[in-house]
Amino acid sequence: MSKILVIGEHADGKLNGGVAKVVAAAKAIGGEISVALFGAHVGGAAEQAAKLDGVTKVLKIERAENAHPLAATFAPQVVELAKGGYTHLLFPGTTFGKDLAPRVAAKLGAQQISDVMAVHGPTSFDRPIYAGNAIQTIEAPAAPAVVATVRLASFTAVAATGSAAIEATTVNATLPTHTRFVKLEAQKNERPDLQSASRVVSGGRALGSSENFSVIYKFADKIGAAVGASRAAVDSGYVPNDMQVGQTGKIIAPELYFAIGISGAIQHLAGIKDARTIVAINKDPEAPIFEVADFGLVGDLFQVVPELTGKL
Amino acid sequence: MKVLVSVKRVVDYNVRIQVKPDGSGVVTDGVKFSMNPFDEIAMEEAVRLKEKGKVTEIIAVTIGGAKCEETLRTALAFGADRAVHVKEESEVQPLSAARALAAVFKKEGAQLFVLGKQAIDDDANQTAQLVAGLLDLPQATFASKVELEGGKATVTREIDAGLETLEVDLPAIISADLRLNEPRYLKLPDIMKAKKKPIETVSFADLGIAAGAALKTVKTVAPPKRSKGVVVKTVDELISALKGKGLV
Repeated sequence: MSKILVIGEHADGKLNGGVAKVVAAAKAIGGEISVALFGAHVGGAAEQAAKLDGVTKVLKIERAENAHPLAATFAPQVVELAKGGYTHLLFPGTTFGKDLAPRVAAKLGAQQISDVMAVHGPTSFDRPIYAGNAIQTIEAPAAPAVVATVRLASFTAVAATGSAAIEATTVNATLPTHTRFVKLEAQKNERPDLQSASRVVSGGRALGSSENFSVIYKFADKIGAAVGASRAAVDSGYVPNDMQVGQTGKIIAPELYFAIGISGAIQHLAGIKDARTIVAINKDPEAPIFEVADFGLVGDLFQVVPELTGKL
Repeated sequence: MKVLVSVKRVVDYNVRIQVKPDGSGVVTDGVKFSMNPFDEIAMEEAVRLKEKGKVTEIIAVTIGGAKCEETLRTALAFGADRAVHVKEESEVQPLSAARALAAVFKKEGAQLFVLGKQAIDDDANQTAQLVAGLLDLPQATFASKVELEGGKATVTREIDAGLETLEVDLPAIISADLRLNEPRYLKLPDIMKAKKKPIETVSFADLGIAAGAALKTVKTVAPPKRSKGVVVKTVDELISALKGKGLV
């Protein structure tokens, strides 16, 4: 039977919502599931993890050096914990997990698996390559352990109906001092975060200028959506780089996606493949975006979008 | 101070990926290849650090078959002073790649290693972290700003919670995210000059490393296709369609 360790992510005493999805992946593998939480004080995150259905044990590793989630600090401790006979180490597919998992894998000599999107068995998984344009089924060596990040968009969170034991534990590991936390500037964006928003409105080259992008912002604010852009709009200087949706930008999976004035270059489509519903508004009826859109409207965005904003 | 930059030859980001019908992989014959976009950003950052006088030599490194020399020439055109080609014709997974890169980093005595945060072919996003783990060196991944001063690097990282700043002692490993910079367009004179710059060829055996654990690819399939939807004529029609699906 597999013995699975989920490396939990948390901040300000709250468990990251992605952990419940990683536990879902762990349940699909099957076996005994523990969640490890590293922190100076993990606070309520331990109780929240203990409630996740399928979890048998929550391990709290509290020490002052763990105040900030530094991969260089956490990795030696995860490696030490892993000596407890774990067959699987699972990390959320967040920047936290992606930063930490390979460092752990390097120390264990394991070839880490990135972005597990389906579980076929204890060592058999699906993962996306080429920005999700192809799906690989891979077979991982069982030894020294299966180390993987879990693609959160692919799993449904387990229910909070359990009651696992919480155990404070210490890990004997020498921690490096070569990496120091300086500060964290939380995003001061009043709009929802592009990566996790359930609704996203993106604008493309057809907007024509950064001033004209206000049409997009107004509409997004009306429906409580995050704002994105095509690479063409970013390259034209209409919006900053961090708004880019696509293969070389952000890959997103909102419930509802509006592509406005976006022709639908391959590189953009790669970033929105997993959107539940795609709406395209474009004046060119031949635009490739209409090939993938659930709803298409051919028309001038400068008329259509304000009308849509007004009527919703 | 030397900086090492790794570059990977990948299918160009504008190519529509085709999965082979027999499930053995994606079509790469007759397809355009170019330098991994994140590696271009890593390369650009190294060149800017050199222009600012923070580093004295840029060494580009790649792993792969004979055709990867083109990618090294591109790196040399960006401004690398010389290049190392770790020649290996068979598939190299991230752990093996990281072992080779870590060996080159040590051999060169570089103080900084800048890598793209991920390659757009296997999308693994592992190599920088693996190299750092193998060498027990600091890692600053997903960098959007890098400053070098007095044997330290101050790096701003793009993480889910916002922008995190770390201070790391050199030598250190940094992975470049999209916002770090905008790579320059290569000029013809630089491309010509690059042809004369030296490329050293080494093998895994020369570096004294064995290939690491590897995943076995059972099959590669195309993702489920999105079906073409409906075209509506008016905004009102669109709104009622969205309302019908409970989306607004």
